[in-house]
Amino acid sequence: MANLERYKYDVVVIGAGGAGLRAAVEAREAGLRVAIICKSLFGKAHTVMAEGGAAASMGNVNSGDNWMVHFRDTMRGGKFLNHYRMAELHAKESPDRVWELETWGALFDRTKEGKISQRNFGGHEYPRLAHVGDRTGLELIRTMQQKIVALQQKDGRDHGDMESYIKVFAELTITEIMKENGKVAGVYGYWRESGAEVLFEAPAVIIATGGVGKTFKITSNSWEGTGDGHALALKAGANLVDMEFLQFHPTGMVWPPSVRGILVTESVRGEGGILTNNLGERFMFKYIPDVFKDKYADNETEADGWYIDQDNNRRPPELLPRDEVARAINSEVKAGRGSEHGGVFLDVSKRISAEIIKKRLPSMWHQFYELAGVDITKEAMEVGPTCHYVMGGVEVEPDTAAAVGVPGLFAAGEVAGGMHGSNRLGGNSLSDLLVFGRRAGMGASEYVKKSGANPISESSITAAAERIEAPFSRSGGENSYSLHAELQEVTHNLVGIIRTGEELKNAIEKIAAIRERSANVSVSGGRKFNPGFHLAFDLDNMLLVAESTAKSAIKREESRGGHTRDDFPGMNSKWRQVNHISSFDGNKVNVREQALPAIPKELFDLFDVHELEKYMTAEEVAKGGSK
Amino acid sequence: MARKLKLRIWRGDADNGGLQDVVVDANEGEVVLDVIHRVQATQMGDLAVRWNCKAGKCGSCSMEINGKPRLACMTQVAAYGDDETITVTPLRAFPVIKDLVTDVSFNYKKAMEIPAYEHPAELKPGEARMAQIDVERSQEFRKCIECFLCQDTCHVIRDHEENKKSFAGPRFFIRIAELDMHPLDQLRNRKRTAQEEHGLGMCNITKCCTEVCPEHIRITDNAIIPMKERVVDNKYDPIRWLGSKIGKREGME
Repeated sequence: MANLERYKYDVVVIGAGGAGLRAAVEAREAGLRVAIICKSLFGKAHTVMAEGGAAASMGNVNSGDNWMVHFRDTMRGGKFLNHYRMAELHAKESPDRVWELETWGALFDRTKEGKISQRNFGGHEYPRLAHVGDRTGLELIRTMQQKIVALQQKDGRDHGDMESYIKVFAELTITEIMKENGKVAGVYGYWRESGAEVLFEAPAVIIATGGVGKTFKITSNSWEGTGDGHALALKAGANLVDMEFLQFHPTGMVWPPSVRGILVTESVRGEGGILTNNLGERFMFKYIPDVFKDKYADNETEADGWYIDQDNNRRPPELLPRDEVARAINSEVKAGRGSEHGGVFLDVSKRISAEIIKKRLPSMWHQFYELAGVDITKEAMEVGPTCHYVMGGVEVEPDTAAAVGVPGLFAAGEVAGGMHGSNRLGGNSLSDLLVFGRRAGMGASEYVKKSGANPISESSITAAAERIEAPFSRSGGENSYSLHAELQEVTHNLVGIIRTGEELKNAIEKIAAIRERSANVSVSGGRKFNPGFHLAFDLDNMLLVAESTAKSAIKREESRGGHTRDDFPGMNSKWRQVNHISSFDGNKVNVREQALPAIPKELFDLFDVHELEKYMTAEEVAKGGSK
Repeated sequence: MARKLKLRIWRGDADNGGLQDVVVDANEGEVVLDVIHRVQATQMGDLAVRWNCKAGKCGSCSMEINGKPRLACMTQVAAYGDDETITVTPLRAFPVIKDLVTDVSFNYKKAMEIPAYEHPAELKPGEARMAQIDVERSQEFRKCIECFLCQDTCHVIRDHEENKKSFAGPRFFIRIAELDMHPLDQLRNRKRTAQEEHGLGMCNITKCCTEVCPEHIRITDNAIIPMKERVVDNKYDPIRWLGSKIGKREGME
């Protein structure tokens, strides 16, 4: 194609949220030329929505904290399905990653001694989340955005052109990862503004595209969360691991309908918010699972006492891991004890003063006041579960973030799988994207220095171009908006927070039928900033993700973390040894079982053996971890 | 309880365009962005609009609603009368790309012109100690979601394309103020360069920017005016002037 816009870079980063920006900084600092590609404007990625904080065992508030405690909490939260090595790297490195942000200009809230303040969160034994009020994600993304500018200014001084070594391509969608000779060679996509196509040749590509929430009807995710990276990786020959695990955040807004799903930060509970049903009952005491009984208070006096004296009281059950709280709310509503609009009540007004609420939870106050007409300093919020985060994702090598099976491909942040097991703890996402964003940047840099350029053939380019043109060449076909709505109904009703084998079977058939129809999507209007055209591609990605999720979910005959089967309600230690690996054969998603990497002895020994007995088979416990 | 809402939407591109009337269902509690999305899904599949978080946190859905710069996701339909037509138009200070989407690259260029934060070389990661009260001044400005409504409403550039070259705008005055008040930033002379290179002097403090800020940042009172006062102090106080010549630094900081 003669007039195709073409670029050559060492590394292309798809996604400009926290993981993508951290990866780009690392790759640039390793001396490489980096392109950052984002679907939205620079600085708008979904990371801005992260509210609570970044978990890092700095020990600023409770000196008992250290990486081992954080590691244990993370494994417990994930019900021991986490890749142990990712959880270990994450726990060890997150303090350095948070402190590093401070050297780039970030301004976290402070303790009395002037250190970075840390707040309580579900599943974390000590106050651990570095935060800025309830807008921590904005602080992270702005800090890294400004760090990119700082690097560009340095390049301007050293090389005469600020964008010579690192350039942001905003409002550009990638439709394909190009490979030649079995290795990554670049990416292909289109400018959202003009519809014009673009080719990037690069030997290394880092996927940092975030999540899949838009596959579901009620979600805290923005339009960008369409599983692009998951689908791009699958199509490029990479695997997805454990796609059945989706986190339904327990507290999304439920009223009015237009804001249904928008996140209500867990900090509300971290700051003392309590959950009640329509009988005024503080119901979480009824839902403490056996594995957590020794860590959580079973009465109000002790739960309330914990906020003052954490050494002599167990934690309130509102701060159980998210999967537990989401299921509990779901059960209360199903039992007819819900609020008027199908949620439960979350109240922080009785615990802390209006002044402190406005100081510690400013954006929550603002959000409820402006959008729901509720003053949270005086009254309770109505909340219910919302699809928030996907634990499953691209299968990677923990140390380098390299995608298994595709040389030159890397993945970090929400799009990568393994780190969080079956359920992510709040606060572990912002630290995850810093730790593994950096590691992906390092991994890609090492790779590029070893491998040379990998030119892209004209025939691959023609094929990629034809795919983009296809929806325009049809007329009178399916409407992508209505197909998207149909998919969301299917996932919501059949692949949601509570699942059964029968429903999942039904879902797999329905998703396949929608996918068949989606091949016939046609687009009205021209190429210029045409959301109907954009959705046609996003839809294709969401369909692959939904297929992978449903097919993994039907195989896992147990309930664990973000996967609850009504027909298999218990957790089964045999299933703890199994990862589900999705791959794509060009036609459909196939799911197979793979053994979970065994935890080494030195990490095994960090736990009380009686705790491990609750999760592991007797043989595993007897073995005592791999040598 | 759906009602029929009369919506007037600007459609077109840089070459031509105009207002188009549509009638669309609006449900209880909906915001303007909801009804725009409904128009998009049912009547105008190619209607261009930017949005992301739909919770007032990302600053993407900036537009003018009945002539006022606003976030469409934070503007309740119920705030307008039952018979009132709601008119939505693109931000006026920036070139139209298509429909409600404008070219805001001006802001990203200006962002690249503001010298970055400089950390004290001797301070290792983890060693910083700052009091909460000292970080709060800058934190107010770091709440900025970069919706660029302040830039859109600022009359220095709203109808004066010719001023854009020498004027960074309120968004970047708070960025400079944030760095200037940052307890650890090492770069000197931020106020003076704000005046000399980024056009602080062109602002005549009409506070329009503060009025439209969805984050309620007190742009004029807390950032622009304090910087202007210090610039004046340093320029006209002979002792500070002398100090700045001898000590190679900007007055008494």
